[in-house]
Amino acid sequence: MAKKLATLDVNKCIGCMECMFACSRRVGRGGFDNSAIRVRSAGGIERGFVVVVCRSCENPPCAKVCPTGALRERKEKGGGGGGGGGVVLNEDKCIGCGFCVQACIMGAIFWSSEKNKPIVCRYCGECADYCVHNAIGLVEV
Amino acid sequence: MKEGEGRRVLHIDLTRKRIKIEERRDLFRAFLGGTGVAINLLAEECPKGADPLGEENPIIFAVGPLSALYPSASKTVAMFKSPLTGNLGESHCGGRSAMAIRLAGYGAIVIKGSSEIPMYLTIHGDEVRFRDASSLRGIDAETVGRILREVEKKGAGARTIIRIGRAGERLVRYACAVTETYRHFGRLGLGAVMGAKRLKAVVVSAEKSVEIPKAKRSEYKRVYDEIQETVVRTDAMEKYHDLGTAGKLYGLAKKGGIAYKNLESASPPEEIARELSGENFADRFLARRISCSHCPVGCVHLAALRELYEPGHYFKTTTIPYDNEPIWAVGFMLGMRSAADCLRLIDLVDTEGMDVMSTGVTLAWATEAYAKGLLTKEQTEGLEFRWGDARLYSEAINKIVEGANEFYRNLARGVEHASSVYGGKDYALAFGGNEMPAYHTGLACYINNLTGARHSHLDSAGYDLDQKLAGAGKEKELGLEEVVRALLKEEEWRQVLSSLVVCFFARKVYTAEVTARALDAIGVEGWTAEKLEDLGRVIHRAKMEFKFREGFSLAGLRIPKRIFEVLTLQGFLKEADLRRAIEIYGRMLVGGEGREAP
Repeated sequence: MAKKLATLDVNKCIGCMECMFACSRRVGRGGFDNSAIRVRSAGGIERGFVVVVCRSCENPPCAKVCPTGALRERKEKGGGGGGGGGVVLNEDKCIGCGFCVQACIMGAIFWSSEKNKPIVCRYCGECADYCVHNAIGLVEV
Repeated sequence: MKEGEGRRVLHIDLTRKRIKIEERRDLFRAFLGGTGVAINLLAEECPKGADPLGEENPIIFAVGPLSALYPSASKTVAMFKSPLTGNLGESHCGGRSAMAIRLAGYGAIVIKGSSEIPMYLTIHGDEVRFRDASSLRGIDAETVGRILREVEKKGAGARTIIRIGRAGERLVRYACAVTETYRHFGRLGLGAVMGAKRLKAVVVSAEKSVEIPKAKRSEYKRVYDEIQETVVRTDAMEKYHDLGTAGKLYGLAKKGGIAYKNLESASPPEEIARELSGENFADRFLARRISCSHCPVGCVHLAALRELYEPGHYFKTTTIPYDNEPIWAVGFMLGMRSAADCLRLIDLVDTEGMDVMSTGVTLAWATEAYAKGLLTKEQTEGLEFRWGDARLYSEAINKIVEGANEFYRNLARGVEHASSVYGGKDYALAFGGNEMPAYHTGLACYINNLTGARHSHLDSAGYDLDQKLAGAGKEKELGLEEVVRALLKEEEWRQVLSSLVVCFFARKVYTAEVTARALDAIGVEGWTAEKLEDLGRVIHRAKMEFKFREGFSLAGLRIPKRIFEVLTLQGFLKEADLRRAIEIYGRMLVGGEGREAP
């Protein structure tokens, strides 16, 4: 079954950002400018945190506005995934227009200014492995 | 991020509004970062005899090679000449500060000079802006953070805002700097140094990343996972996440090792120990636990205090961070009988931007001195200092911040100074000019307070050694020489931890061997456990040298008589033993027999 990343219980999030660092570590970076997940305060730390990550939409708006087909729905054949909503990015086809970023009202598509291309969650679950407090996790679609 | 950017030093001149970025490979290679680099920069930048509140006193923020790269490497070291003690000022803080400074591309930031108008700085990578902070003058430390979060759009969500409250602006010598609303560069007066420079805040945003060398990546992940696993598995997680640092208060009180009412005793009554326990704070007030960036522990405990402040159902709910030391300083030390009152005082001290420990100890001395008739009602402007009166202490704190009269201006200079003016030195509980921490556990905690380079309980954790020895019934077995040696060794090793910079709560994780591997896995090669230990000694001596250069003297240390009058876990202490310990320490410092440290 296809999996997706989900916020399991945002109240357990302590704002440590380990998920963000883990995502960047996959590409050999320390920091999070390559990270596809963000944790930010919900308007002051005392109100807790918001986890911003691709929620693997069905019929994803980001893919719909992609003019080159670089972003494709995961369930499509040849899309590189086993279905279950969400998107897969083919960087070779991406022209860096940024429409996807505008289309995602969750703010879950990030931008690499280095590559001038979007940073999109791959649902690998690396971030969740480092969430000690179980605020996020991989779930079956 | 280009290789080497973690070794860049950003110099900011507030007088000329200029910046300069320097590569200091020499310093970072030899001293790693953090404390090691900061003490060298301080020695370079701070002229001998500098006025701590003068423009020549530099503020140095330093992070280390592990910052932003490993779990719990979450602290920033601030160094400056202390306006409280007149020598080494060093304070550590977490929040998002270390991550932000490192990922802004710097190993250290040096701020010199002073501005003619109130100012705040924004640092976004190489772009540094000097901004007019005239409108922020007089605004409390919490509100100024909120305003700057809204005004400064860049880097939102991944930045640090280091700022001061009114106490810093008004040069209270133990004013602190606050980051992320709930964390502090607490001790030794960084807030006053910022205030003297008319520097209200520094905003640093993290927008870069550190490239791990390709050949090291799999090793980096391996070492990272090992460290992460240990952090999560050791008792640190349970100890610091569950009840937080406040979790040890009740036990310490029951043992009779905590200063109560200006050390009138070290055994608070059962009902007070219960009321001010970590358990009670958690049961009644705990609202949320949060962490510093890149630390899975989450030791920061936030209380929610809901109170009616006007009839007609006008409620307000205040979020207040609590820890072991604040609860002790304005709770136990001031004879507070209610946890809610204790939280109110912590909140006030935090928003004004003062070091809570120095504030508590200073007010405790004033309470005793008032009871003993050393102070008049005229001097206190009508305040009749008495234990447990939160409203009175709030008024006193306001008067200290505002410098209401000569008496309160003297209190704003700390208890060492106030007692030199009004008397009551025997119970003025400062060591090396810094107000004491909570512990009255035995000889080691006081050797720590006296000889530690920062006169902080975290220098050599004497309180911990005392409790271990007392617990094992070994306090008589370990000779004075061995106690001093153990403390010195601990303080030396902590210089390495604070050069990396890792949080002391993760000290058991970052052993010398693990540290050497962690460094190697990110391309900082050539360190062995032995070399690291040597480095700790070198850094510690450099700090002591700075102290001696600025007039600190071991022989001149004042020891308040009170500590000999109250039972510790090891029985009554003797002044002769402490004096001898200081002598032994001095000999060990210069490393040869027969030579005396200043």
